[in-house]
Amino acid sequence: MTSQTSLGAAVPAGGRIASPGRIRRALGRNAPGYLFLLPWLLGFFGLTLGPAIASLWLSFTNYDLLQSPTFVGTANYVRIATADPKFAAAMKVTFLYVVLSVPLKLAFALLVAMAFNRGIRGLPLYRAIFYLPSLLGTSVAIAVLWRQLFAADGLVNAALANFGIIGPSWISNPNYSLYTLVILSVWQFGSPMIIFLAGLRQIPTDMYEAASLDGASKTRQFFKITLPLLTPVIFFNFVIQTIDAFKAFTPAFIISEGTGGPINSTLFYTLYLYQEAFGFFRMGYASALAWVLVVIIAIFTAFSFLSARYWVHYDD
Amino acid sequence: MATTIVLNKILKRYGSAEVIHGIDLKIEPGEFTVFVGPSGCGKSTLLRMIAGLEAISGGDLLIDGERMNDVAASKRGIAMVFQSYALYPHMSVYKNLAFGLETAGYKKAEIDRRVRDVAKILKIEDYLQRKPKALSGGQRQRVAIGRAIVREPKIFLFDEPLSNLDAELRVAMRVEIAKLHQELGNTMIYVTHDQVEAMTMADKIVVLKDGNVMQVGAPLDLYNRPATQFVAGFIGSPKMNFIAATVESADERGAVLSIAGRSVRLPGLKVAAAPGAAVTFGVRPEHLTVGAEGGERLGEVTVQLVEHLGGETVLYTVNHAGDTLNASVDGQLKVSHGERVTLMVDPLVCHVFDANGRAIATPAIPAAQRVA
Repeated sequence: MTSQTSLGAAVPAGGRIASPGRIRRALGRNAPGYLFLLPWLLGFFGLTLGPAIASLWLSFTNYDLLQSPTFVGTANYVRIATADPKFAAAMKVTFLYVVLSVPLKLAFALLVAMAFNRGIRGLPLYRAIFYLPSLLGTSVAIAVLWRQLFAADGLVNAALANFGIIGPSWISNPNYSLYTLVILSVWQFGSPMIIFLAGLRQIPTDMYEAASLDGASKTRQFFKITLPLLTPVIFFNFVIQTIDAFKAFTPAFIISEGTGGPINSTLFYTLYLYQEAFGFFRMGYASALAWVLVVIIAIFTAFSFLSARYWVHYDD
Repeated sequence: MATTIVLNKILKRYGSAEVIHGIDLKIEPGEFTVFVGPSGCGKSTLLRMIAGLEAISGGDLLIDGERMNDVAASKRGIAMVFQSYALYPHMSVYKNLAFGLETAGYKKAEIDRRVRDVAKILKIEDYLQRKPKALSGGQRQRVAIGRAIVREPKIFLFDEPLSNLDAELRVAMRVEIAKLHQELGNTMIYVTHDQVEAMTMADKIVVLKDGNVMQVGAPLDLYNRPATQFVAGFIGSPKMNFIAATVESADERGAVLSIAGRSVRLPGLKVAAAPGAAVTFGVRPEHLTVGAEGGERLGEVTVQLVEHLGGETVLYTVNHAGDTLNASVDGQLKVSHGERVTLMVDPLVCHVFDANGRAIATPAIPAAQRVA
């Protein structure tokens, strides 16, 4: 309220420019508001915007932390585009991870949300239990646990052994290692599930009742009513989860012990970036890699929003 | 084409709570039946049980003699118009109308013919490609009705379909639904809490309260001969006046009641109560007149508020005992706030209810016949 009133005073009707005195008075009145904002402002400018701008500058330099950065123009970007096979490998792994993990995670989240939407008893408890992996999933501890599960002598192979199957070492076999990370990602379906559940609750019951009077089967109701009416939520989850997948780091770092191996099979883009920055201290090049990722994510998001008009239904 | 619906001892329980208590009802072919009652009386639940959207806990639902309790909603030959319209927001009007037919597997040409026919009947041809959000409330309501008509069902169910519309549109849509019933001739059940809708549209009104049927009858039967004080108070607008009274005498020729300490003669009104019995006297505002002539003298009252509506004037009055009495009188009557006037009443249109709210007065000549 205060800020609205003050804004009105500082920018008077008719578009006249407010005098410096009036702006000072308005700022004075808003001082408590700014004070409360201060922790966030410090964090945003000091830890987000400042480093981001610095990294943009560094991406045009050679910088090894020990000597001052030297300006190299677009050399880092040219190298990324033309002379870095590891960049291409990291891109391939990351895209494969995004393409596999996001749809699987969303489908699984929707499936569980639909099961929960049937009004089962103890829903809050189940919801909390199923949400738990989302809270823990990106932690180091869970990644370590995952490594134990999928190791050659891990629990998964012990379980398979009961059926007479001798499983491979999932995490040290380049044919399977990425898929263990995909499974870990799908297991963290809690967050999109909660959002799907909220979206499902928003669909009026009488839509289904009208459809059932029309003779529509449950499957037809799902494809003709549930899915179309859920598209805004699907879109939101899709964008958020895809961006998250592009940025995935911890599981690959822990499971491959920072190498991205075996044979670069888990070399996520962010892991490669980390190796360049903190393994080889090529901060300028790592910054350029970071900005390339930003651009990739921005392009993906822009395409998502452009495509939304063709498949996302907004009621109003 | 038209269909009979019979409800035999229909029950609805949610867990141990019984909300519909063994309702018996017969709806004749082509009849426009209105379920009316206050919020929570069970009218919508009963409708949804007929539709197949709520399970029937006990009793039998028969449609054209066939037991329907366990038959799926889509197999009952029923279409329903919902209070919220329940239009699919992501589909065009055309798609909304066609959805049921597509589901039923009709050919495209047949679907197109039916959709366009219905759109013509409901005057929504120009909106077929629009989404529901681009329509006004009235247009949405037409689409909702169209979606019901297009399937050519045996029975139409309406669940408070006009409650989201403004007053003017309600009246217009009321007329259109009544016309539609005349044109189609189908059996229709209409749920509302608005007694004006019930009175103006129904062939038969079913008044419900707390999961029980209070009375079933034609609108004028319910208006003229309410069986209970509840029905008397619910049917009719403005609402019937009720005043505590004591029977002084009652016989075949008429009765004398003590109302607010004053003896009021009601010749021609047979009251089935013994002298000294505590009763409730009821009279509709439109049956009261102001002046010294035109019936029996009910007593002097003080005018607290006057509403001049042009065609009628509504007086909000109070007698010396503090009982409120509203009178709907001649629109040109000059009465002002604070004035004392005498209210007169025709005894044959008065009502008397016993301590349990049951009607115990019968006019020697029913009012409806006298008017005719």
